Amino acid sequence: MKASDAIVKCLEMEGTDVIFGYPGAAVIDIYESLQVSPIKHVLVRNEQSVVHYASGYARETGKVGVCIVTSGPGATNTITGIATAYMDSIPVVVITGQVNTNLIGTDAFQEADMKGATQPFTKHNYLVQDATQLPKILKEAFFIANTGRKGPVLVDIPKDMQEQKIAFDYKDKVDIIGYKPTVKGHAGQIKRAIQRIKAAKRPVIYAGGGILSSGAKEGILIFAEKTGIPVINSLMGVGGFPQDHPLYAGIVGSHGYAYSNEIIGKTDLLITIGARMSNRSTTGFYKLNPEIEFIHVDIDPAEIGKNRGYTLPIVGDAKVVLRSLIEKAEQMDFTAWIDEIQELKDHHAPASQESAPNGYIHPVDIIRYLSDNTEEDACLVADVGQNQIWSALNYQLRKDRKFLTSGGLGTMAYSLPAAIGVKIANPDRQVICVIGDGGIQMCIGELAVAREQNAGVKIILLNNGKLGLVREMQQDIFGKGHTAAIDLNYQVQFPKIAEAYSMNGFEVSSFDEFQKVLDQVLKNDEPCLIQCNIHPDTRTLP
Amino acid sequence: MKKHVLSLLVENNSGVLSRIAGLFSRRCFNIDSLTVGTTEDEALSRMTIVVTGDEQTLEQIKKQLNKLVEVIKVVELEPIESISRELVFIKVKADNATRSNVIEISNIFRANIVDVAKESLILELTGDGVKIEAFMELMEPYGVLEFIRSGATGLQRGSVVLKEK
Repeated sequence: MKASDAIVKCLEMEGTDVIFGYPGAAVIDIYESLQVSPIKHVLVRNEQSVVHYASGYARETGKVGVCIVTSGPGATNTITGIATAYMDSIPVVVITGQVNTNLIGTDAFQEADMKGATQPFTKHNYLVQDATQLPKILKEAFFIANTGRKGPVLVDIPKDMQEQKIAFDYKDKVDIIGYKPTVKGHAGQIKRAIQRIKAAKRPVIYAGGGILSSGAKEGILIFAEKTGIPVINSLMGVGGFPQDHPLYAGIVGSHGYAYSNEIIGKTDLLITIGARMSNRSTTGFYKLNPEIEFIHVDIDPAEIGKNRGYTLPIVGDAKVVLRSLIEKAEQMDFTAWIDEIQELKDHHAPASQESAPNGYIHPVDIIRYLSDNTEEDACLVADVGQNQIWSALNYQLRKDRKFLTSGGLGTMAYSLPAAIGVKIANPDRQVICVIGDGGIQMCIGELAVAREQNAGVKIILLNNGKLGLVREMQQDIFGKGHTAAIDLNYQVQFPKIAEAYSMNGFEVSSFDEFQKVLDQVLKNDEPCLIQCNIHPDTRTLP
Repeated sequence: MKKHVLSLLVENNSGVLSRIAGLFSRRCFNIDSLTVGTTEDEALSRMTIVVTGDEQTLEQIKKQLNKLVEVIKVVELEPIESISRELVFIKVKADNATRSNVIEISNIFRANIVDVAKESLILELTGDGVKIEAFMELMEPYGVLEFIRSGATGLQRGSVVLKEK
């Protein structure tokens, strides 16, 4: 079998039904082999977006997202996407073409050392030097990407390796001597955790993205309800616990809820599950009493104790560990603590929304209206910047709703391709993309993909003519009135751009207009763009 | 801050060394020395890495190394329960007047003379860091022209072996 045919066959056997890619000379054989495969190929418009598409697909399906790009610039363009997936632990296999093996190291046309370049931010990577090893390498790549702490794996395949004839032998099982993730939590540690819970007065579960990636949404709900312990989310954990639940206690972090950060300061037992204690999430943790009990559950042992000491580590998969905890857990009575949390919540209740000046809409009104009017299984994909914070804090995640964003690397231009990836993976889901005028201009070509694929993503463009979050930082650090290099002075007519891509574009400058347009566009499943004019001085922080 | 000696069993693939060195550099852990060679099994290599750091840094280093797919085992070599040695070649000035003194000191340290020239000698010495430092200090007055140290390499004492998982 030709090796390129074998590559495609491996992808089929891994259950891949969609590939996001951008062809070129170094992957021309793989593309030829794809012609006769049932796998659907989505041609993206820039390789930076390609991994974000695959990320959206992976986060929607639970499968590994796959993308293929050519060597050199095609491959180097994927670097931001790969680093984004690495920071957020998203399973993606990136196949890059490489120049012929005899040219490697000669600075040949379109040559780039992708194995070297991506070593710091891939979970693992390969440079194929023996075509007969291709099936084994691809099997390993999928296995590594989607087990343990999930993440991106890159397979760099020289063109001459794709051309060779090999015997196709695809093993069912993978055995890598140096890679044996611990999935099951240590029984003794589980027992000790239960004892600590029984002794606690004010326990809190701090749940991160690991809840979502291990499929532990149901498990954490059962565990919280069985023990009566309140749950706080990190930004990546948003959507992992229903926000209309009495035990929900908000979002922590530099841009989280003030009351959630207060709760952290009062707890005597912190149970962290699938959260890596990132510097951005744990800004409120300075209030944490150093004497508290701290149980840290994580599939990645290196996360335990990295940023903060622990008193009880449990290495294991969130879903599996929660199952063990549920078995041993007993109904506890933390009513007094829950009441105290409720008081904090009431005390910090958001003040009634300030009205936007004439000719503008307040972004919080937009997100709350989306929250009230989108479906109970809608997926909101937020970009990075002010739009992300307004979305995370005001869109209520209940029932089967999803919230996706680039939490770790904070990559602008993530949301549009990721949202289209979600929609392609699951056309039945209502998908909302919230993005700023800075972010969309980094990936505007991807509008073509939404149109071409009939991916009915509703793009809510919060347009303030500024890099809003940078402006806030400048003013907070250097004083009022100080801004530099954040004006997107040339005002783009985004609805006209949408129309140029044959999709409906709207511009709204009042909340009434927004309501009318949104009500109208939610009735169909067509992609569209709504430019919402936001006053440039609107802040995320009070 | 203490020196720690780590012994690693890794897969013998191209790029493993740069992956490990890269892990240290991107996390700003400094490598004092690193030696590597194949084992009795050609598919595997053994590395000895000397690092300086506090306990927390060391714990992170070990955990991050263990995360690498091609790293099979990592152990810390405790001084009492292990042996470790360095190799050094020293080119030292030695003419008719000083040569016998240099040779005498070399004999005491059990250093080998591996090259003799009119004005210089090359000496080969194996030992732990302290022995090598002491020898270098004694050679200094004669005029050390250049030297090269290999970095430490080590094994656990007794029948304990660094096995595959």
